[in-house]
Amino acid sequence: MAIKGRVWKYGDDVNTDVLFPGKYTYTVSDPVEMGEHALEDLDPEFRFKVQPGDVIVAGKNFGCGSSREQAVTCLVTKKVGALVARSFARIYYRNCINNALPALTCAEAVEALESGDEVEVDLEAGEIRSAKGTFKFPPLPEGVMGIFEAGGLIPYTRRRLGIEG
Amino acid sequence: MGHAFAEKILAHKAGLAQTVPGQIVEVTLDVALSHDNTAAISEIFRKIGVAHVARPDIHVIVLDHACPAPTTKHAQNHKDIRKFVAEQGIENFYDVGRGVCHQVLAEEGFALPGVVIAGADSHTPTAGAFGAFAVGIGRSEMAAIMATARIWLRVPESLKIVVHGRLREGVTSKDLALRVIGDLGVDGGDYKSVEWHGEAIEALDMEARMVIPNMMAEMGAKNATIPPDEVTFAWLKGRAQRAYEPVYPDPDAQYLRVVEYDAGAIEPVVARPHRVDNVVPVREAAGTRIDQALLGTCTNGRLSDLAMAARVLKGRKVAPGVRLIVIPASAEVYLQALDAGYLRTFVEAGAAIESPGCGPCMGNHMGIPAEGEVTISTANRNFRGRMGTQESEVYLASPLVVAASAVAGHIVHPDDL
Repeated sequence: MAIKGRVWKYGDDVNTDVLFPGKYTYTVSDPVEMGEHALEDLDPEFRFKVQPGDVIVAGKNFGCGSSREQAVTCLVTKKVGALVARSFARIYYRNCINNALPALTCAEAVEALESGDEVEVDLEAGEIRSAKGTFKFPPLPEGVMGIFEAGGLIPYTRRRLGIEG
Repeated sequence: MGHAFAEKILAHKAGLAQTVPGQIVEVTLDVALSHDNTAAISEIFRKIGVAHVARPDIHVIVLDHACPAPTTKHAQNHKDIRKFVAEQGIENFYDVGRGVCHQVLAEEGFALPGVVIAGADSHTPTAGAFGAFAVGIGRSEMAAIMATARIWLRVPESLKIVVHGRLREGVTSKDLALRVIGDLGVDGGDYKSVEWHGEAIEALDMEARMVIPNMMAEMGAKNATIPPDEVTFAWLKGRAQRAYEPVYPDPDAQYLRVVEYDAGAIEPVVARPHRVDNVVPVREAAGTRIDQALLGTCTNGRLSDLAMAARVLKGRKVAPGVRLIVIPASAEVYLQALDAGYLRTFVEAGAAIESPGCGPCMGNHMGIPAEGEVTISTANRNFRGRMGTQESEVYLASPLVVAASAVAGHIVHPDDL
């Protein structure tokens, strides 16, 4: 499966309050509505202009702060193809795995790519390809590949519990 | 070769002889904490297709984030949670007014030495003050725990912080924590287990200790601990939900890094907008006009925090044009503060006292700032827009600095008041 789209580039320490504001945390539970607030306080254009397959590229410590999973779900709803960062905050990283949203650590790609660049992400090959070069990223830890391959923690848990469908 | 706290406790819980950093283990949890997000979690749980929560006894649910409900939607959310806990036989349910979840977890004796706690809240590491391995997780993860009571965890590398000497009079564990975050950065503890050792830590009482692992979430830490000792055991006497067995790091444990501090050199600080590591000595921010002061939250809403603030506020008034909002972290703290006369001191000084909960910390209610306003707060986070208004600023500080600044009408070192 190839992920293809344009880059949305941000800086370091993008926290979950700007990815999805705290004031909606207990009142917005519909995924479509969540998408409508994605990156609202960081980049007001994003939620209107993002296309399926687009890739968010950011600096270190992406997703720091609150554990709110909406900060991942809102991106899944908007069909963001992948996240590429210098590093991810740990709760956010887990939430990405649990929602089968590729969160890839690749400093070179972050260094080279800018907003608007066209990229293709190949999860099997472990590569990010663009006109500016091809960048390799390390695979997911083996112990959690099962969750990702099942499409997320919920389908994975169903499978483990032997629940059909 | 010795092992650090995280490696030992996870080995024990996973039924392994030992673990090493990077290893992935699966454990059954001792405690699973959630709050106002429980209804949303239960919806995800239902998608798994399991009728009953696997272990209702390990779940602790505390309503605190938007309490009492500020809107109809919030109220419906609470109603859904009450229905769910009743349906599932979850007995450890604490309704509106009981207090902030991390404080209630401790008061009700669930935060214990040697236990593994996962919470659907980023400040779950607070329980590490009691020698628990306590980590924050997301909603989907908590839903899976409802179905299975188990969680996968990557054994973290460990960072050791040793604090020598003693904090000086007027310097608090909040100042110490902010100083360390200022030095190591908001991702300085990323993915790590942060162990706090040293005589200065041992000299702190339980309330002062709880501040530190709470703040370590702002350094990206997976979990943070303080080795349990007589101070811990005395606090837990009569409260502990069950018998417990502490886990300690080996004396020859390997740490990724060891950082040492002299407590005597720590001074009162503030974290300036909009980052927790934007830490400077208070005097460098002194004179900054404030509009609002918040005393409370899971970080500094305990009796000793209110006591220090009350000492500053007694016989004084909050500056004209400034609101001081006081939120005791639990019903227990509220009553103790009432009996000690602190609530009277606060009201007489002109403060507004609110019911135990998270209040305005994350922008839900009870003191949202207006555009252009500055708040000085004992909370743990000051991201732009955190308190509900984009165009406003939040400074973080100790209860002493917050109280002194409320009186002065601007940020001030308590000694200069």
